[in-house]
Amino acid sequence: MTDYNEIQQDIVDEFSVFEDWLDRYNYLIELGNDLPAIDPKYRTNEYLINGCQSKVWLHADLVEGKLLFNADSDAIIVKGIVALLVKLMNERTPAEILQNDLFFIDGIGLRQNLSPTRSNGLLAMVKKMRLYAMAYQAKENQNKES
Amino acid sequence: MGLNIKQIRSDFPILHQQVYNKPLIYLDNGATTQKPQVVIDTVRELQETRNSSIHRGVHYLSDQMTDRYEAARETVRAFLNAASTNEIIFTSGATGSINAVAFSFGEKFVTAGDEIVISEMEHHSNIVPWQMLCDRKGASIKVIPFYDNGELILEKLDDLLTDRTRIVALTHASNSMGTINPVKEVIKKAHAKGIPVLLDGAQMVQHGEVDVRELDCDFYIFSSHKIFGPTGSGVLYGKESILEELPPYQGGGDMVDQVTFERTSYNTLPFKFEAGTTNYTGAIGLAAALDYLQSIGFEAIGRYEQELTGYTLEKLGGIDGLKIYGTAANRISVFSFLMQNIHPYDAGMILDKMGIAVRTGTHCTQPVMDHFGIDGTIRASLVFYNTMEEVDALIEGIQRTIQMLS
Repeated sequence: MTDYNEIQQDIVDEFSVFEDWLDRYNYLIELGNDLPAIDPKYRTNEYLINGCQSKVWLHADLVEGKLLFNADSDAIIVKGIVALLVKLMNERTPAEILQNDLFFIDGIGLRQNLSPTRSNGLLAMVKKMRLYAMAYQAKENQNKES
Repeated sequence: MGLNIKQIRSDFPILHQQVYNKPLIYLDNGATTQKPQVVIDTVRELQETRNSSIHRGVHYLSDQMTDRYEAARETVRAFLNAASTNEIIFTSGATGSINAVAFSFGEKFVTAGDEIVISEMEHHSNIVPWQMLCDRKGASIKVIPFYDNGELILEKLDDLLTDRTRIVALTHASNSMGTINPVKEVIKKAHAKGIPVLLDGAQMVQHGEVDVRELDCDFYIFSSHKIFGPTGSGVLYGKESILEELPPYQGGGDMVDQVTFERTSYNTLPFKFEAGTTNYTGAIGLAAALDYLQSIGFEAIGRYEQELTGYTLEKLGGIDGLKIYGTAANRISVFSFLMQNIHPYDAGMILDKMGIAVRTGTHCTQPVMDHFGIDGTIRASLVFYNTMEEVDALIEGIQRTIQMLS
C-alpha cells in the first residue's frame, strides 16, 4: 500500500492543476458524490459530529489491525473533503494515523475549513478519526499485555 | 433626490478590493456593516492625538475627550429623538444593552411566576438573557409566534399579555427574515396593560429613521458596528423615569457618587450605567457614522433601499427552485433563501470564491429555522452602498452554484 505521506502529496499534486477555485470545488463535489453514502445505521445522532453549519457522521471499525472508516456529510463540498480524509486514513493502522501529520488539507488551500470557527464539523471529524485510532491502539496494547 | 451611489461607495474604502481575484461583493451587512472613511479617520484621529480617559482628568486631553464623548451622546439622542441625554447609555453593543436591561430590570421588577414576552423571530441575544433572568427568578418566557410569511401573529399577543407579564422584548426588524414588526401596535397593546416594551433595533437603525418618542417604546437598543460605526460599542436608550428606578448592572469607577467600605451611593443618569472606562472611541466613532448618515439623508436611503429590495425580490423570485424565507410586506433589505436540495453551506462556500460575501446557517435564530423545519439558510443582507449590479452578480452566482451542485 502506498505510503501515507505519499498519498497526501498525491492529493496536493492533483489539486495543483486547478487554477480556479471553482474547479477545485467541482472536483470536491465529484469526490463527494462518489463517496458511498454511509450505512443508514450510522447516520444517526450517535455518530453525528455536529458543526453548526453542516453535519458530519463518522463511524470506525478495527479489522485485522486496520481502521475502516464510514463517513458522510449533508453538505457536498464538506463530503468531498470527508472523502479525501477517508481515502487517506482508511485501511491504515492506528499507528500510521497517529504518527503522521495531516498536511494535505493545508496543501490544497482548505485550511480554513478546518478552523474551529468554521463549525462545519470537519475539525471535529479529524479529531474523532484520531481518537478512534488512539482508542483502538490502546485496546490492542491492552490485548497484547493480557 | 436619489443617492449618488458611486460617490457613496467611494466613501467606503474596504469595498474597493478583490478577493480571490474577483471584485468583492459584500452582502453580509446584517452581520456587520463597513465603515465610511470619516469613521475610520475619526477613530484614528482620536487614537493619534486625543486619547485620554474621560470624566476623570484634570488635564487638557481628558477635557477634550470628555467633551467629544458627551457630544456623541447628544448626537445619539438627536438620532433617536430621545428627550434627554440622560436616557442614552453607551454599552458594548446590542447584546450588552439587552443583558443590561435583563439584569437591572429583572432585579427590580421580576419575581417568581412572572412572565417575559418575546417573539418567535428573536435573535438569540434577545432570548438567552431573558432565559437567564427567568432561571434566576423563577419566571417564564412566552412567545409571540409568526405566520409562515414572517409576519407576527398579533392576535396572539392579547392572550400572552397577562397580569404576570413584566416586559415585552421584541425585535424591530428580523435579522433572518427581514420582517419589520408592527412595533407601534405591540407597544399600544402592552401599554394598555401597563407593560413596558424593549425594542431590539440592531437590524433596523441602519435602514431607516427611528423616533423613540413617537414609538413610545420604553427601551431601544442597537449596535454601533451594524450602523457603520466601530465594533464594541452600542446604545441603550431607556425612558428616564424607568432608568431612574433601575439598579446598576455593573459596579466600578465612574458610576459612583460616594464609596466607603460600608456603602456606596451611585452617580446620576446616564453615568450610573457606565461603569469603568467606557469605549469612548467607539461611541465617538458611532457619532461620526450617524453624522455621515444624516448628511446623506435617511429618506433618500430608505427610498433607495426599497428599490433595491424590490429588485432583489424580483430577481430571486425568478430563479427556479429558490425559496425565500420571510416575505412580509413591510421589510428591510435582508433576504433568506434556499435552493432546492442545496446545502446552504455549499452555496456559501461557492459564492465566497466568486467574491460574494453572504452568511449561511441559522443566523443566531434557531427558533426561526425550527419554525420552517430547516437547518439554515443563505442570507444576503444589503444596505445603501449595495447596487443593482451587485444583485445581478449574486443572481448569476446563485445560478452558477445551482449548475455546479445539481
